[in-house]
Amino acid sequence: MMRPQEVATTSELAGAKREELSGPKVVSAPKPAPTPPIEKTGTSETEQPKLRVSNLNAWYGKTLALKGVNLLVPPRSVMAAIGPSGCGKSTFLRCLNRMHELIPGARAEGTLLLDGEDLLSRQVDPVVLRRRVGMVFQRPNPFPTMSVRDNVTAGLKLNAVRGDHSQIVERTLKQAALWEEVKDRLDESALGLSGGQQQRLCIARALAVEPEVLLMDEPCSALDPIATAKVEDLIHELKAHYTIVIVTHNMQQAARVSDQTAFFYIGELVEVGPTEKMFTNPDKAQTNDYVTGKFG
Amino acid sequence: MTSLQWRRFVDLFWTAASGTGVVLALVPLASLLWLVISHGAAGLSWSFFTSLPAPVGESGGGVGNGIVGTLLLVGIASAMALPVGIGAGVFLAEKGDGKAGSAIRFVAEVLSGVPSIVVGIVAYGLVVERMKRFSALAGGLALALLMVPTLARSTEEFVRLVPGALREASLALGVPKWRTSLLIVLRTAAGGIITAVLLAVARAAGETAPLLFTSLNNQYWNLRPDQPTASLTVQIFNYAISPYEDWHNKAWTAALVLLLLVGLLNLLARLLSRNQMEGAR
Repeated sequence: MMRPQEVATTSELAGAKREELSGPKVVSAPKPAPTPPIEKTGTSETEQPKLRVSNLNAWYGKTLALKGVNLLVPPRSVMAAIGPSGCGKSTFLRCLNRMHELIPGARAEGTLLLDGEDLLSRQVDPVVLRRRVGMVFQRPNPFPTMSVRDNVTAGLKLNAVRGDHSQIVERTLKQAALWEEVKDRLDESALGLSGGQQQRLCIARALAVEPEVLLMDEPCSALDPIATAKVEDLIHELKAHYTIVIVTHNMQQAARVSDQTAFFYIGELVEVGPTEKMFTNPDKAQTNDYVTGKFG
Repeated sequence: MTSLQWRRFVDLFWTAASGTGVVLALVPLASLLWLVISHGAAGLSWSFFTSLPAPVGESGGGVGNGIVGTLLLVGIASAMALPVGIGAGVFLAEKGDGKAGSAIRFVAEVLSGVPSIVVGIVAYGLVVERMKRFSALAGGLALALLMVPTLARSTEEFVRLVPGALREASLALGVPKWRTSLLIVLRTAAGGIITAVLLAVARAAGETAPLLFTSLNNQYWNLRPDQPTASLTVQIFNYAISPYEDWHNKAWTAALVLLLLVGLLNLLARLLSRNQMEGAR
């Protein structure tokens, strides 16, 4: 593991390396920006946090998996959640779009405000919520029975949104930096793509329903370094329009992609702060030990 | 004997033993095929598939009405059994972890163990007695009762094989649960379920006992569900117990036709499930 002083330079190097690895960049950032979903809050409110988590507790049966988590995620930024296995970071992520409810016996208490609206309230339909808070999973999980094109529009088709989706296909695939690689095979099975391409396809699929927040649960852990670099570039670009929360085991990755880092340990949020500070000069000794690789 | 030699001996012994088992299992199958083909092939002709049975003493005639009747019966049975069986299977896989699920599973298991003749009596009591008439409907109901439990269980198996990650992917897109079950889970499991359906249909097509006193038999063409209907299996039964040499031959030939029909369905099921495997890889 690297020392804290080295982190900044390492992440710069990694940025330079990425350029080499991914070769000549085929896709530039999507210039005709899609209607940014956040705009509706107005400029004065953009200073408000996109997500405000206060006193969030989560249980699996009788096991307390998250203890009193408090944090804020500013809009159009990347928050990385790090910590050893079983520390509750994935549970935290799942609470954010109530995917935890799919696990029998799991429940969450506390306040989870998305633009001031409590997500854990009974009045909020998790189905509607999940269209606002999208999710990308650890392993690429495209629908095997569908073509590349149908995978992208799956969220719209399955929700019976009618109309011409071809523009959405092109736009989201470009956003996901996949368009050039798949534009000639849109009607082939999504399973013919490589793992990294499948993962970017899953990101495009999540973007097609135009979420406001994108949750990523270790999106690169099943990918090779080149595909990882592409997904990380992508996160940098998506930040312009979306609020992203990413769980990762890879601390260099957290350092590279995130603006803020939250360190979880045994169900507790130990510390949260700007990524640079977290990796160079954290307040808590425990955080320092973890990011320098003394344990974990 | 060194341990390596011993291991080789054990390996050889079990290879030989399992090989013998395979051969022994194949003997009845091969002899069955050989008997049916050797006795039945001579009577095969185009008119055997298309014409009505000839009266005793007349040569010629066929089992055309039996083929049509079997298809009619299986069609009625499928119309009743497929929605119920597949629906129950999806329920068991998606929601069947509680008490209701294990109760349904238990009932399905008991039902699949009920002898087919008993199912026939039930259909007789439910339909024939009330309508005061033997009918294709009664026969179809009996076959449907036999199909439902196996369909439900195999549908459950195939639906459970669909990775949880796909369910999560769909739900995370904000797709309601019922749409996810229908459009993602069921569609992904479709190949397996079609296989299960075809196997259940093939099994139903081969049933005789529950048809003897439900759909009875018919010497003529019939497409009306409220009328007694001929079926291949009952025709085979009637021909086989008759005292006439010619009818015995016809029983063999009709058996061959039934075997071809069922074999065709099995082949179709194989092909479809193979395609599905390729799709899922």
